[in-house]
Amino acid sequence: KSLREMPHPLATSSSEEMGPALTPSPDLLLPRSIADKDLSLPNGTPVDTSSPASSSSLLNRLQLDDDLDVETRDLFVTVDDPKKHVCTMETYITYRVTTKTTRAEFDLPEYSVRRRYQDFDWLRNKLEESQPTHLIPPLPEKFVVKGVVDRFSEEFVETRRKALDKFLKRITDHPVLSFNEHFNVFLTAKDLNAYKKQGMALLSKVGESVKYVTGGYKVRSRPLEFAAIGDYLDTFSLKLGTIDRIAQRIIKEQLEYLVELREYGPVYSTWGGLEVELSEPLEGVSACIGNCCTALEELSEDMTEEFLPVLREYILYAESMKNVLKKRDQVQAEYEAKLEAVALKKEDRPKVPTDVEKCQDRVECFNADLKADMERWQNNKRQDFRHLLMGMADKNIQYYEKVCVT
Amino acid sequence: RAVESQSEGQCAPVDSLWRRYSEFELLRNYLSVTYPHIVVPPLPEKRADFVWHKLSADNMDPDFVERRRIGLENFLLRVASHPVLCQDKIFYSFLTQEGGWKEMVNETGFQLKADSRLKALNATFRVKNPDKRFTELKHYSDELQSVISHLLRVRARVADRLYGVYKVHGNYGRVFSEWSAIEKEMGDGLQSAGHHMDVYAASIDDILEEEEHYADQLKEYLFYAEALRAVCRKHELMQYDLEMAAQDLTSKKQQCEELATGTVRTFSLKGMTSKLFGQETPEQREAKIKVLEEQIQEGEEQLKSKNLEGRDFVKSAWADIERFKEQKNHDLKEALISYAVMQISMCKKGIQVWTNAKECFSKM
Repeated sequence: KSLREMPHPLATSSSEEMGPALTPSPDLLLPRSIADKDLSLPNGTPVDTSSPASSSSLLNRLQLDDDLDVETRDLFVTVDDPKKHVCTMETYITYRVTTKTTRAEFDLPEYSVRRRYQDFDWLRNKLEESQPTHLIPPLPEKFVVKGVVDRFSEEFVETRRKALDKFLKRITDHPVLSFNEHFNVFLTAKDLNAYKKQGMALLSKVGESVKYVTGGYKVRSRPLEFAAIGDYLDTFSLKLGTIDRIAQRIIKEQLEYLVELREYGPVYSTWGGLEVELSEPLEGVSACIGNCCTALEELSEDMTEEFLPVLREYILYAESMKNVLKKRDQVQAEYEAKLEAVALKKEDRPKVPTDVEKCQDRVECFNADLKADMERWQNNKRQDFRHLLMGMADKNIQYYEKVCVT
Repeated sequence: RAVESQSEGQCAPVDSLWRRYSEFELLRNYLSVTYPHIVVPPLPEKRADFVWHKLSADNMDPDFVERRRIGLENFLLRVASHPVLCQDKIFYSFLTQEGGWKEMVNETGFQLKADSRLKALNATFRVKNPDKRFTELKHYSDELQSVISHLLRVRARVADRLYGVYKVHGNYGRVFSEWSAIEKEMGDGLQSAGHHMDVYAASIDDILEEEEHYADQLKEYLFYAEALRAVCRKHELMQYDLEMAAQDLTSKKQQCEELATGTVRTFSLKGMTSKLFGQETPEQREAKIKVLEEQIQEGEEQLKSKNLEGRDFVKSAWADIERFKEQKNHDLKEALISYAVMQISMCKKGIQVWTNAKECFSKM
């Protein structure tokens, strides 16, 4: 579908919010783009869209909300079961992608396919190409410095799996992206490589993608809101980068503290060996310190595995969003240039030439899509960070509770 | 120099007076020399040792001075509560006599004993029959010193690291504040959470200050181990003295016998020279025997009194050692308990701060 034909997210004035719990829509097959407002309960509590596979106790609290949401969701995607494949040329990991759906766009109600990172990368590129006016969620980092990180370690694979799962879920939740053709194929095709090759040959197909001129045009008057978004993203990335560094530093200090503690505990034990009456209490202290070490180790691990990846993901997100903003600027610049060219001709035309009109539409569509996506992004971001930071606080509380008990 | 003022509970001529650290040292030296069978309470450290980076090693530092004051007060309380030491007149006048106390101490002539004692403490000699309990005890005090100083060193490093962990969290406070400026709905939550991070970072100062008291309690026993060792050494010294005296007596008796019977059983240079250069006259021999017999008599009396001294020492020293052992077990048990309490309180504070932060986050 071309941009013009796709139902516009803001076309309908949807000032009222959908109450999913009260009236499950009879035609679940309606493109969700019409009811674009974030699903929320009548009382205004936002619905948590994080992975149901997460073991956070916090998520259990929100599970209730999720259950209510299940009735209106018609597409569920999960990434799990990583497996190592050893071939003559290379060794790599594939993940199982499971889909459950009632949408008409899908032939079957359930799918289960195997995909590797390359495939996810391909999908993301296709989405960027075919939906350039939308914010595409980020993928975890592609390149890993060999020797520094073990690409096949359980830890690394699990972190990556979680990120890939989140990636697909974000697309699933997006009212426009989730209906993308490539996404459909990604979820369903037995042989993705064949489709990929086919896609290469059809690059020139018109209507598949809208061409964008790279460079050469400068925007005259960038709408304030987009300038503000650009500024916001700049500062946002900066702050997240700082937080990432602080968190890493804390983990480092904690590990050094752990090293000292590991020497500290046994000294009490040695002392206990010298004494008679004091032997028991001294051994007790030694054991306690040992337990503290374990609790601290768990805390540091949690922070490394759960906290840091989310920060990094949002930094990547901000990067890709800034690129989309640039593209938007280019589209607007192209439009302004064409408009100016027409004005210079000074001919008395009753009608503005069609290609200028087209440009204008493009700009407006882009702006609208972007605005809508930004709103969703802001909301999701807020929820994600709320969850993340509460999780961090929780982990620390748990650590202290464990130490207290010992 | 740290000064200390004490007050007397009894009706004494002076209620309180000023003493410097060096006078405390003098008092302790006097007590150690005068009561070698007592495990004399130790003084707090002269220079700040086992410091972690935040604590200054400066003797003039107000925190150090305060902790020293507490240590000195503790020393006096220990002496005052000791059944034997509290009755000492020099100790009494330390507390009550303003001027001339130093001279009084020097008049006791303890200095002479102090010098020889110092030499003896460090000398190496082999004792043939020491009381096994003292040997074991000396070994114990060496081990105790070693383990406690190791403990204190590692504790200082642990404190250092913990300080680092807490302080870095303070950076969160600042960045959350900056971040909150660009956010709409998340702003307030971030800002107030940042404040709690600052509180968290600041809390470590008090926590570690408290831990210093625990370290000081351990340090006291580190130094006590030294005093314990000194008592063991004194026993060894006496025993050695005794053995030397007994040996001397035996050889004199043997010499006497040889002279009397004319047989030379043991090789001696004198014997050889007299063989080579001629024997002595009977008169000379008689004179020698007489001298020896006198010496032998003296020696036997000395040996008797030394034996008695030795046994008395062992008895009274062991009594004080038992007293010390009980005191040590009691004090260290309490110290460990209060340490555990400190740790629990630190955890509770941590829980409090993070719970507050969590609440702020939940309002984002």
